[in-house]
Amino acid sequence: MSKSIKVRGGIALGCLLLALVSLAPTFVGDRLPSWWRNAFDPIQLGLDLQGGMHLVLGVDVDKAVESRLDAIGDQFEGLLREQDVIFQRVHRRPGQRLVVTVYDDRAGAQVDSLMKANFPNLEPLTLPAEGGYIDKYFRLSDREVQRIREYAVRQALETLRNRIDQFGVSEPTLQLQSGNRILIQLPGVRDPQRAIALLGKTALLEFMMVDERADLQQALLGRLPEGSKLLYERRVDPRTGAVTETPLVVRDTAVLTGDLLSNAQVRIDPRFNRPYVSIDFNAVGARRFDQITAANVGRRLAIVLDDTVYSAPVIQERISGGSAQISGSFNEQEATDLAIILRAGSLPAPVEILEDRTVGPSLGRDSIRRGVISVIIGSLLVLISMAIYYNLSGMVANLALVLNLIFVLAMLSLFKATLTLPGIGGIVLTIGMAVDANVLIFERIREELRSGRTARAAVEAGYAKALTTIIDANVTTLIAAVVLFQFGTGPVKGFAVTLSVGIIASLFTAIFVSRLVFDFFLTRFDVKRLSI
Amino acid sequence: MQLIKPEINLDFVGRRRLALVFSLVLITVSLVSLLIRGGPNYGIDFAGGILVQVKFNEATTAAAIREAVQDIELRGLTVQQFGDEAHEFLLRSQESDIRLDGLSQRVGTALDAAYGSGQAEIRRVEIVGPQVGRDLRQKGAMAIFYAMLGILIYVTWRFEFRFAVGAILALIHDVVITLGIFSLTGREIDLPIIAAFLAIIGYSLNDTIIVYDRIRENRGQHGKKGLEFLINRSINETLSRTLLTSGTTLMVVLALFIFGGGVIHNFAFALLVGVLVGTYSSVFVASPLLLYWEQFRARSKA
Repeated sequence: MSKSIKVRGGIALGCLLLALVSLAPTFVGDRLPSWWRNAFDPIQLGLDLQGGMHLVLGVDVDKAVESRLDAIGDQFEGLLREQDVIFQRVHRRPGQRLVVTVYDDRAGAQVDSLMKANFPNLEPLTLPAEGGYIDKYFRLSDREVQRIREYAVRQALETLRNRIDQFGVSEPTLQLQSGNRILIQLPGVRDPQRAIALLGKTALLEFMMVDERADLQQALLGRLPEGSKLLYERRVDPRTGAVTETPLVVRDTAVLTGDLLSNAQVRIDPRFNRPYVSIDFNAVGARRFDQITAANVGRRLAIVLDDTVYSAPVIQERISGGSAQISGSFNEQEATDLAIILRAGSLPAPVEILEDRTVGPSLGRDSIRRGVISVIIGSLLVLISMAIYYNLSGMVANLALVLNLIFVLAMLSLFKATLTLPGIGGIVLTIGMAVDANVLIFERIREELRSGRTARAAVEAGYAKALTTIIDANVTTLIAAVVLFQFGTGPVKGFAVTLSVGIIASLFTAIFVSRLVFDFFLTRFDVKRLSI
Repeated sequence: MQLIKPEINLDFVGRRRLALVFSLVLITVSLVSLLIRGGPNYGIDFAGGILVQVKFNEATTAAAIREAVQDIELRGLTVQQFGDEAHEFLLRSQESDIRLDGLSQRVGTALDAAYGSGQAEIRRVEIVGPQVGRDLRQKGAMAIFYAMLGILIYVTWRFEFRFAVGAILALIHDVVITLGIFSLTGREIDLPIIAAFLAIIGYSLNDTIIVYDRIRENRGQHGKKGLEFLINRSINETLSRTLLTSGTTLMVVLALFIFGGGVIHNFAFALLVGVLVGTYSSVFVASPLLLYWEQFRARSKA
């Protein structure tokens, strides 16, 4: 046997060995020692095969800019009062403008200089004065707006990651995408609705004083006292499931917000055997809470989450310990989720669900089963036709085909690529196309044999002449696959991966391995007539 | 075994007018169908909307399901039996304006109320907002465009520009006809279908290049006998390979179409049509186009 055949045989066997070793955890995982399983991961299944949830959330970054403007407006109002500047009001207008309304030029100049000194990021806009008072317009600089937006998205990603970590999903994926979007993948999630509820909530916790002066009837008609707003308390009857909504008028500005929390835990109220969420404030929050409760004994304090009142208890006495309770009509799981989102913090801006794809585990299993059946039947059909059409040479092609299948799977495992349902489709397709290289070679060999060459010379010439054709033909498919990989997401990307991996593997098996087999038999047995 | 005799010499190029008419008819029918239906029939991936796949424990009908969920008032709701499973249905709606979250839960609650708890299993939910749909549509179109551009460059580099033009026209021919057949059979274009289109492009080109390669090779030997002879001889010489590879590819795609299940049904259908059209086009469209290009050039020079 020539040296070249030994070397090539060694390479082929080495590749096969590596492939089998890397595939073992996928197929016989439990029976392997742990070092083996640690060294090679089983093939990763896409969400469409293992079941799970694929979410794309859009962060409403404009809301983040608006709330920043609101915060500046509040601070500026305080500043104006401190400096005894006479002004009518400070408010935000559409188009992300902050407007300070004053009565004369002197106050206007004061506003300008105060703004410049304290909020250099706000740019003044000159607009003509009208009717007795002057509107001073300000807007955030483009750079500042950009910064707030980016921060909001990053912060949202962080908060969502915290929530998911506490929710307990194995191997979640969170990814920033362009256009202020966040991609979240939760494999094997059992309760998709709960996940959505947990991720979609802004979770802005606010403590607001109930406006006791307000007339509820008037409020329901839309006539609210200045600086108050109408909210609803939502109660669900645990037995009947009936929902009641009680209106409540609260003071507009929150006296305390959730960002001053240090912890939130679920507790069970022993008297009614109902869950509640116990929250602890940090030092600043505890001091504020102490002041508020001291100043408002006998009044009601509304606990508001995302503009829904959870409860509005009467303050019985001054509370100094820095902890409070949120009770409401929720079951234990809802209480747990509430505690999770309070601990994880609120989102800097509301998020919107732009895309939601959820596949149940049973459908995933079905898809795998059907995919495997298709691969087996497809392979058998091809194997049989090749054997019939090319006899023993067909068997060589079949060996290449089986190896091709093994190599494709092994490469998926080694590259940690994800196998999806279209990915299985890609494998099926490459099985059909993988024999093409061998068909091209065999047709060439037949031509060469017809022109009177010896078996050995025909094989030699057949491989040599078919090579450029095979490469040209496959590179173009590879171009399509690579483009698909660039543009595709999720399942489609899986197809691009198996298609490209399949092409590369088929080039190796059909050219390198099958040639090796031919050379081996031709030198070993001195074949005079090819079975082709 | 040999299906094609080595000395075979069918006159493919001679029948190019017939093929031209046939292709033009197919393309016209496709375009007219697309025009009448106002563009491709986009699935929820591209149009936005909601899709819910439900499996029932007992047999039911589309009308009964429709009645069960009518209170939710889903816009443009369609209910159809799905795949070969008797108790499995697909609910689709173009609803995408209202808040998307909670929609699938409401469908689940409505079905539970009508069929009893646990009788209807929601196996898959896909909700795509209009924004995402628009983005995906753009991405899909760009993917096809860039794939074609890449191929144009590669073929120009490896062969000649006129070969590349022939190859690309053949590809457009394949994609338009496959789109047309999707439109005629009322199938929806979804994200995986774009993947299938790119695979078709790859496959069809594969076929075309093998014929081109032979033309390039034969030009050295028989260059003097004219392009028509050259093309015909090359097609005949590669005919055995064309049929065998198309045959094995068709077999596997057919296996995928029959056994792959509902989720992948349209994808497999696209591949099926694509392999057939792609094989036809590399023999009857891509190569004769070289001839037409040559005649066009000769005429414009004269």
